[in-house]
Amino acid sequence: MNMVQALNSALDVMMAKDPNVLTFGEDVGYFGGVFRVTEGLQKKYGKTRCFDAPISELGIVGVGIGMAVNGLRPVVEIQFADYIYPAYDQLVSEAARIRYRSVGGYTAPITVRSPYGGGIFGGETHSQSPEALFTHVAGLKTVIPSTPYDAKGLLISAIEANDPVMFFEPKRLYNGPFDGHHERPAVPWSQHPASEVPEGHYTVPLGKAAVVRKGEAVTLLCYGTMVHVARSAAEESGIDAEILDLRTLVPLDLEAIVASVRKTGRCVIVHEATETGGYGGELVALVQKHCFYHLEAPVERVCGFDTPYPHGFEWEYFIGPARVATAMRRVLEG
Amino acid sequence: MRNTVKLSLHIPDAPARPGEKPNFSYLQIPEAGSVRCPDVATSPAEMRDLAYDLIRVLDWDHRAVGPWNPRLAPETLRRVLKLMVIDRIFEDRMFRAQRQGKTSFYMRGLGEEAIAMAHAFAVTAKDMCFTSYRQQGLLIARGCPIIEMMNQVYSNAGDKQHGVQMPLHYSFPEYGYFAMSGNLATQVSQAVGWAMASAYRGGDKIAVAFVGDGATAEGDFHAGMLFASVYRAPVIISISNNQWAISMCQAIAGGEQTTFASRGLGVGLPALRVDGNDFLASYAAVQWAAERARSNLGATVIEFVTYRGHSHSTSDDPTRYRPADDYAAWPLGDPIDRLKRHLTALGEWSEDQHAAYEAKAAEEVRALQAQAENIGTLEAGKHPNPEVLFENVFEQPDWRHKLQRQELGV
Ligand SMILES: Cc1ncc(C[n+]2csc(CCOP(=O)(O)OP(=O)(O)O)c2C)c(N)n1
Ligand SMILES: [Mg+2]
Repeated sequence: MNMVQALNSALDVMMAKDPNVLTFGEDVGYFGGVFRVTEGLQKKYGKTRCFDAPISELGIVGVGIGMAVNGLRPVVEIQFADYIYPAYDQLVSEAARIRYRSVGGYTAPITVRSPYGGGIFGGETHSQSPEALFTHVAGLKTVIPSTPYDAKGLLISAIEANDPVMFFEPKRLYNGPFDGHHERPAVPWSQHPASEVPEGHYTVPLGKAAVVRKGEAVTLLCYGTMVHVARSAAEESGIDAEILDLRTLVPLDLEAIVASVRKTGRCVIVHEATETGGYGGELVALVQKHCFYHLEAPVERVCGFDTPYPHGFEWEYFIGPARVATAMRRVLEG
Repeated sequence: MRNTVKLSLHIPDAPARPGEKPNFSYLQIPEAGSVRCPDVATSPAEMRDLAYDLIRVLDWDHRAVGPWNPRLAPETLRRVLKLMVIDRIFEDRMFRAQRQGKTSFYMRGLGEEAIAMAHAFAVTAKDMCFTSYRQQGLLIARGCPIIEMMNQVYSNAGDKQHGVQMPLHYSFPEYGYFAMSGNLATQVSQAVGWAMASAYRGGDKIAVAFVGDGATAEGDFHAGMLFASVYRAPVIISISNNQWAISMCQAIAGGEQTTFASRGLGVGLPALRVDGNDFLASYAAVQWAAERARSNLGATVIEFVTYRGHSHSTSDDPTRYRPADDYAAWPLGDPIDRLKRHLTALGEWSEDQHAAYEAKAAEEVRALQAQAENIGTLEAGKHPNPEVLFENVFEQPDWRHKLQRQELGV
């Protein structure tokens, strides 16, 4: 399966299993979503379980929260993460805090899915990576898968979680494991082992990172599309990097990070999101606190430049293996 | 093309400011009983007039008249009256408690008691009320122990919300009272979603969203109404138009050119405009909307025309922005006084009985307050153990909460 099919399968499995699971959003119903993630679900489960919503992100999320409070497990789609801001208040002030302010009297187990990230010539309004705006908020979980297998298992975990979950889908990975080599022909998922996705129910737990490459020289912390970029960077540079795919940012698998960085003594963090105030800063702080006496060099970040996402400069902006390799070399020399 | 006049910017202002005579000439008050009461199944397009009229049942002689008269038994009305009296005394005492330094904050609903009471009697505790902060009468009417509300206001060891939330931001699932948010209007779309879930399940519960005149300007209110209309959600969207949003008159929220009820018309919802200080009219309107919702006919918007009799909260002095005698001049009177006079006119109540009941209720509330304060106030007495502050962020705390709890040493 590609990632779209894997996500579709997760929804299918959960809708078959639990009548309280339903999904809605812009173009989600009859059409099956602009990226086709909900394709066929309305036909299979009926209009009340997969339907179109008015173009009002705050309404979609606010209504989803109300449904979740009343015992359902809504999975809402925000068509692009770039359009999530109208719903920000509902997520930050409401979904995140309903359990807390009611001391568990009410809960809002909503899952918010949203295509995310760059690499598709989407310019400033179809390429953003706003995860840090959500990881900063107490009470929200944030998940970003990098393969079809993980996407399905993590989405099922997100839907089954009794807490609100932000589920960002790196849209450049929907159809293939993109490693930043835009000049090469696109590779489909079919050649990647993680495209082997079971048909039925399985979960990938929230809060567990995956070691996608074992290595000794330097630890690369990454998630989403950057996992594939990091892997190519290691292979092409010949640097024996250990690559951790964080998969969930909140809760974070601190243990896995600490174990790896204490072993390698070096750390480079890679994310698409703009650098300043990005999640990488949080990772740097944790690494220096927990691994300071094991570090051989300053921790480096390779992040999106602190500009809006520039349409005509996709490949100047998008992080490729070369930028990651350069940072690794700096850290190895340091 | 040239302009025929010079452009000028219109900034609405209150009809009267401090030092001026109260002026409610902007409010048209039809005779009680003059507004028609259509069948709930009537098409919304055929009852748009109701969004611009004002449903009233109690006339100037305190009789109940016209097609909206809910014909409630005197016994029920006496209960309502007594509950409103308790509500008012409770609030008065909590406001004073803040003044005495026993809590951080309070907001009174003086003059708006009939609105919460109308909902308490027309919808059940199994339905869900997504309130703002002047509807605590719902809790009192539904039998929530007043001491539990006081414990919440004091954030003391008896507070079921473990002291994590500001005063009167109650959460009481057992009384159909959703965890109130301090962010205005966010509850509107949530109530709609809650109601949609009820319909999705084929259940029989409905939801109510309460919102102030000022907060109708928020996007949540408009999105909520739109979704309610699109999916025919069994929800009532109740606007308490108490003429003020802190210091801003209702004209700033868009009440000058049209009514708040009429906001519903744009999305095709039926909308009622009601005398919110008339318990009978308010009850009848909620009852009508609840019947529509329960008949699977969808949502209704109701504007309750009322007046915020006290300050916005403990943090403002209303004489700085409105005439000191504004409330006294409010033409729709006081909800408790009007119901009292109605019952008295029926021969079912008397001034003496009222005075005696007020004295008794005051004594009871005072005793409860002493009990609550015996547990603790915000500054003194027993409080929840601070470890609770790390609970309920998620279903299970993660490593950060464990570490941070250690850091706090609890
Ligand atoms: C989103 C948001 N903006 C501003 C505030 C601050 N605030 C609290 S109450 C209030 C006035 C609300 O007026 P209205 O909706 O008419 O309700 P009322 O207080 O009259 O009952 C304001 C501005 C808030 N709590 N939330
Ligand atoms: Mg108001």
